[in-house]
Amino acid sequence: MKPAPFAYHRPRTREEVDGLLAEFGGEAKILAGGQSLIPILNMRLAAPAHVIDINGLADELVEPALLGGTVTIGPLVRHAAAEGSQLTATALPLLAQALAYVAHPAIRSRGTVVGSIAHADPAAELPAAFAALEGEARVRSARGSRSIAAPDLFVSHLETSLEEDEWIEEVRLPVQGVRGSAVEEFARRHGDYALCGVVALAEPRAGSRIVLALAYIGMGPAPVRLELPELTASDVAGDALEDAVRTLAHEQLEPEDDIHASARYRRWLAERLGVRAARRAAGALEKH
Amino acid sequence: MFGERVERREDLRLLTGGGRYTDDFEHDAAQAAFVRSEHAHARVLDVDVTGALEVDGVLGVYTHEDLTGGFAAPLPLLVPHEGIVRPRTQYALAAEEVCYAGETIVMVVATDRYVAEDAAGRIRVSYEPLEAIVDLARAADAGATVAHAGAPDNIAGRVSEEKGDVDGALANAPHVFEWRFEIERSASTPMEGRAVVARYDERDGMLMVYDSTQAPTGIRGGLAALFGVDLERVQVLAPDVGGGFGVKVMQFYPEEVLIPWAARRLGTPVKWTEDRREHFIGSNHERKQIHHVRVGCDDDGRILAFETRFVHDSGAYCPYGLIVPVITSAQLPGPYKLENYRYEFRAVYTNTVSTSPYRGAGRPQGAFVMERTLDRLARELALDPVDVRRRNLIQPDEFPYEVGVTFQDGGPTVYDSGDYPRGLELLLDAVGYAGFAAERERAAAEGRRLGLGLGCYVEGTGIGPYEGAAINVMGDGTVTVAIGLSTQGQAHETVFAQIAADELGVDVERVQVSTGDTRRIGYGVGTFASRSAGVAGNAVKRAARSVRHQAQEFAARLLEAAVDDIELADGAARVKGSPQSAIPLGRLALVANPLRYAYGAEATEAAVFARKAYSSGEAPLHEDATPGLNAVEYYSPRSGVFGFGMHAAIVEIDPDTCNLLVRRYVIVHDCGRVINPLVVDGQVQGGFAQGLGGAFFERIVYDDTGQIQNASFMDFLIPYATEVPAPELHHTETPSPSNELGVKGVGEAGAIAVPAVIANAVADALERPIDSMPLSPLQLFDMLHPDGNGR
Repeated sequence: MKPAPFAYHRPRTREEVDGLLAEFGGEAKILAGGQSLIPILNMRLAAPAHVIDINGLADELVEPALLGGTVTIGPLVRHAAAEGSQLTATALPLLAQALAYVAHPAIRSRGTVVGSIAHADPAAELPAAFAALEGEARVRSARGSRSIAAPDLFVSHLETSLEEDEWIEEVRLPVQGVRGSAVEEFARRHGDYALCGVVALAEPRAGSRIVLALAYIGMGPAPVRLELPELTASDVAGDALEDAVRTLAHEQLEPEDDIHASARYRRWLAERLGVRAARRAAGALEKH
Repeated sequence: MFGERVERREDLRLLTGGGRYTDDFEHDAAQAAFVRSEHAHARVLDVDVTGALEVDGVLGVYTHEDLTGGFAAPLPLLVPHEGIVRPRTQYALAAEEVCYAGETIVMVVATDRYVAEDAAGRIRVSYEPLEAIVDLARAADAGATVAHAGAPDNIAGRVSEEKGDVDGALANAPHVFEWRFEIERSASTPMEGRAVVARYDERDGMLMVYDSTQAPTGIRGGLAALFGVDLERVQVLAPDVGGGFGVKVMQFYPEEVLIPWAARRLGTPVKWTEDRREHFIGSNHERKQIHHVRVGCDDDGRILAFETRFVHDSGAYCPYGLIVPVITSAQLPGPYKLENYRYEFRAVYTNTVSTSPYRGAGRPQGAFVMERTLDRLARELALDPVDVRRRNLIQPDEFPYEVGVTFQDGGPTVYDSGDYPRGLELLLDAVGYAGFAAERERAAAEGRRLGLGLGCYVEGTGIGPYEGAAINVMGDGTVTVAIGLSTQGQAHETVFAQIAADELGVDVERVQVSTGDTRRIGYGVGTFASRSAGVAGNAVKRAARSVRHQAQEFAARLLEAAVDDIELADGAARVKGSPQSAIPLGRLALVANPLRYAYGAEATEAAVFARKAYSSGEAPLHEDATPGLNAVEYYSPRSGVFGFGMHAAIVEIDPDTCNLLVRRYVIVHDCGRVINPLVVDGQVQGGFAQGLGGAFFERIVYDDTGQIQNASFMDFLIPYATEVPAPELHHTETPSPSNELGVKGVGEAGAIAVPAVIANAVADALERPIDSMPLSPLQLFDMLHPDGNGR
């Protein structure tokens, strides 16, 4: 389990990263936290000719920052820093809730928020949280910059809509505001990839009605934000929510079989965990 | 110190990164990587190594054609047995046929592992794929696809034995039931994989091998024979070993002969450190067995006859003989009286990794079969499962108790001591059995499914043939104890020090224990079968006693007192009742070695002593005396000693996730006299954690073509600390009459009963039989929601 040979680059500025990607593009991989990339290299599942280590970038923020009504997360913000940040706690409780499920402290101390979203693993928590919060990725290359909204970013398993010379320089998430949130997941072991997980956001509407959005973890090739029909508080406590989640779980999700869970079991979990998460998110709303 | 909760003396070193493992030796050594079979079964048509030879830094690329003599022959069969009908072991490098995915075909040695893997990746092996047989039940059928080309069937061995008259008793039994039980394949998976480092010095012909093994003395003897050199020319050190659990007692794995071979051939130190994937596909597994049971009983649940016919998955080869199914067969009866008992097993080849003992070694299978049988029988007859157990237990006045079948060492299985009814009643009290039915009902009213399960086992431990201990008193009073077996975290540095400290009257801190170094003591057997305390412990006791006698005799001469009046205490020898006469043990050791030209006051004293001896017409050393204070003694037990335990679990099934929640787990445990309760607690807790792994998390999953589907720690699920609740521990002490210390082994104990107990608890919670282990949330979901309506 040693990687195949590669050329190692350690740029100092974002522009240098652009230049390296312009030159090596599809033969290069960006190394940030390395918590997914290094095992992939060591198992020789990938053998990029170039590894661009961005840990040497100068003057990068190491914590999330508030710009206008948006939380901006730079490429070297570690999971642990985002999880422990006061800004996250007040402006994006959902992100903190999701980060608590990301693997173990050792991994969270190295892994980065942007890296996890760029890796686009549908079994990971952060892409789902990013989708639920309707975030956008700031993407750049030597050709210029653009923003990609969550629904357009994730194409499939480990695949984004980025061009070969592009990289995500920042992730932007609108503050949560009055919306309540919750994360539920079931993993065989604490910190493992979940057999099924779900993040829920509850938004109050006029007339004590609630709009619930769910984004599932590990239930298809890419995380998708799904909205339930408007519900009343008593709907949420009763069968109406159960029925709505069940319908969604059966019509919108594409779980697969593997050695740990069948698609049928995953759909069951999606229904049960979806109901749990929705009720908790709505419950958080009432506290406001 | 015996019996005290002495803190583990090795922990500071091991927990602060001070351990020294095999990979920590010979940093500049060349490193090996292997090309392993991609197919579960294939003929190797051609191996093209030219691409590898072109890689800079490659020192050698070797296939079977490069091997000669013993190195080219199949690897040894470690434990012969008359029941083996077709012995097969693999070649160090495959000759023509590969029989499991992972079998070694080519060895590459290069300047480092990176280069070795680059080169290995450029080797092209041409295969003619052959049909693979993976499923154990099908492999055992007549006419099945064969795991080895040209073989008539897949039978590696078969053994049967009978006590009493099973057919007669079954014919007359009021009730006869038949059931099938299955337990899945699993593996030891220690944190440190295997590793071998070898250095050959051609000037003196010395081969030095560092090996992460549980049996360095066996490796040494085998290598000496293989290389055709004197035993004295081979030394093996098993340094700190990061876990073994059985997988490292196999001798020999291919790498263990190839790395020393390459070191001699290349004239440079060579190292191989296994990676995790290699461990899953190249180091032994265990556990898979399918049992058919026929049991006859009376109306009260008393067993009148018990028969089990079973198949054992040997994997592709049988390097460890039939030891696992033999242990299952002998230990399946556990603490229960089976007057009529018959077993019949077949060990069956499949195109999978070979099997050999993994902590528990056949006993978890036996306990699962026996304990599920008792619960099913109780349910069929509407009896309390506890009453059924009470009626079948061996009673305290029946020891020594003859089980009536052959033990793993070839002798009769005879339990030395035990008090099973007392253990069971203690367990029932502790778990609150009497009040559980009401608790279960209350929970059911709330829509919660609770279940309680019990399980008992007897564990044969402390088997021979022997162990030794070399004890030496240093000039500063330090006592060194060297034992031949190696250490994988069992607190040997603490418990053996306690035994020596007691005998020699020194503080335990003054005793230094060395393990697994053939340079220190050349004879020993190994750390397995829960045998270290029972066998090496008694050897340490004997060696320490010899040293005590030497000290007493020598001090008696110096102090001009009678030998019987000398006692050892506080690190000194002294005349009883006169502490001012004390001679520190270290000084005594120096004076007892009357050599010349030495530094220090004691040297002068020794010389004076020698002159004085001559002047009174005596030799400085008496007949039979050794210079200094040191002794080597051995202990060879006549038979094993039998610990036992009773476990109970209260479980709940989460209705939303179908997850298993272990609400309580209670253990009553007896391993004879306890040397160190802290260490015993740790062993039982660790065993429980591994047992829970075997009950609900760990299984090796093969697909039909013989590829492992979960060859990583992401998918082979070892429970984390977060998944293992703290068990409640209770101990009883029934000393063994068979050895001086009265001790029995404890290393495997905690793991044995857990799958049986969890199965019984889940069966109770779900009110349906659980006859296959381990379980998983997926299986529980399928049981709770069998309807295929998508919900």
